[in-house]
Amino acid sequence: MIDIVGLKKSLGGKEVLKGVDLRIDSGELLAVIGGSGAGKTVLLKHVIGFLKPDRGDILVNGVSVPRASQKELYEIRKDFGMLFQTAALLQSLTIGENLALPLKEHTKLSRQEIDRVVTERLNWVKLFNVENRLPSDLSVGMMKRAGLARALVRDPKIVLFDEPTTGLDPVLSSTIGQLIIDLHGRLKFTSIAVTHDMSLAYMIADRIAMLHHGRIIGIGTPEEIKTSKSQVVQQFIRGMPSIQSAESLLQR
Amino acid sequence: MRVLENTGDYVLNALQGVGEAALLLLRGLSWSYQALKYRALVSEQMLFSGVESLPVVMVVAFFVGMVVSLQTGQEMARFQLQDNIGGIVAASMFREMGPVFSALIVAGRVGSSMAAQLGTMKVSEEIDALEAMSINPVRYLVMPRVLALLVMMPVLTLFANGVGLIGGALVGRYQIGVSYYTFFDTVVRNIQIRDITSGLIKAATFGLIIGSVSCHQGLKAAEGARGVGRATTRSLVYSFLFILMFDYFITAFIY
Repeated sequence: MIDIVGLKKSLGGKEVLKGVDLRIDSGELLAVIGGSGAGKTVLLKHVIGFLKPDRGDILVNGVSVPRASQKELYEIRKDFGMLFQTAALLQSLTIGENLALPLKEHTKLSRQEIDRVVTERLNWVKLFNVENRLPSDLSVGMMKRAGLARALVRDPKIVLFDEPTTGLDPVLSSTIGQLIIDLHGRLKFTSIAVTHDMSLAYMIADRIAMLHHGRIIGIGTPEEIKTSKSQVVQQFIRGMPSIQSAESLLQR
Repeated sequence: MRVLENTGDYVLNALQGVGEAALLLLRGLSWSYQALKYRALVSEQMLFSGVESLPVVMVVAFFVGMVVSLQTGQEMARFQLQDNIGGIVAASMFREMGPVFSALIVAGRVGSSMAAQLGTMKVSEEIDALEAMSINPVRYLVMPRVLALLVMMPVLTLFANGVGLIGGALVGRYQIGVSYYTFFDTVVRNIQIRDITSGLIKAATFGLIIGSVSCHQGLKAAEGARGVGRATTRSLVYSFLFILMFDYFITAFIY
């Protein structure tokens, strides 16, 4: 379970998060939606301990992430998997080596066993015979899937998705969405996915939270979000320009 | 007033950078007990920073030895003292030219590459990915690089010294008219163990400086390609600066 309590953070003199409260239950998949610069990725970086909040707390299974020492943080992160926006595969390693790295670091599995797990996870994301290829040899969609396989290689209890479908066409986005659903069903991990892709959010999420100007302005099941009375939520999910941006366009 | 403020900011930032790089070095070295576990990474870095730098270090050292021999030999010939150039070339190479020129080449070739590589990893979220996998980037990236430079810099310096002497001897023989026997006889008679060890101590120190400065600049990189470029330039400038500063202090301390 992840508890985010009164999270506040300023970056470069700008208040990005203005008091975020969220609770994600065990096994739940929460999608955090919001426009560019709404603070979604900043929120995710707090959950995994890349950033420390100015105020507030993040509790992962009752353990405070911001108050953890560096050593404790590395222990906490062993339960995490994360798919980055760019997949963030290590470019100097092959795909197989990328997946094997956390296994070599944190387990005592034999080389054969590691190879078996790596191939199995790659097959889960529908990647075959790519173990010896470099990330630069793969398409963006394949890289995302390889990143997903790496995030899941140690059967994490918590998985964070940072814009998992950015840069993908609708078919590939849908494929990634379906993979997330399948793997979530198989591994039952707790998850936060930040995205501005509404079709993905509707597809994968148990609940959706909308982050706007550093605050959660709406939260509920996909159905509840679709029927939200909030004008900002409706504007966002329907992809309508805001009144402010429309006015500024007209002025130009 | 504004100038004072900016100067103050610059000095504070520089001091902060020095402190951070020193801390990074200590943290990197504190993981060196795991060098065996990461032997593949350490060997890879030793190959890159040492073996692959050897040709250019040797060519430069060869010409440095020749220049020192020529300049010294011509001056000493005016006083009929040219027979002693072997000792002078050796002292110059072992104490100063060998370690300093090797370090400047390695800083340019290896240090800047390290800063660029780590900087690119930083801006493309690869460092964050390591952190997310509970892999300490200092242990995985910095320790092998610093350790490799610590070991390979003295080795490169030994090669530079040897090749520099050969270059000096050739110039001595064909341009100054000093036989090989006389040249190397004065080398053996004039060189003390302290001359060799001081050069090696300098080389090891320069290795640590290049490793820590370059890794620190790389890991600090931000703002995409421009940030990586800036980190690369800074790693080079700061490495050069600290190499020459420490060269003076080590020399003053030993002699």
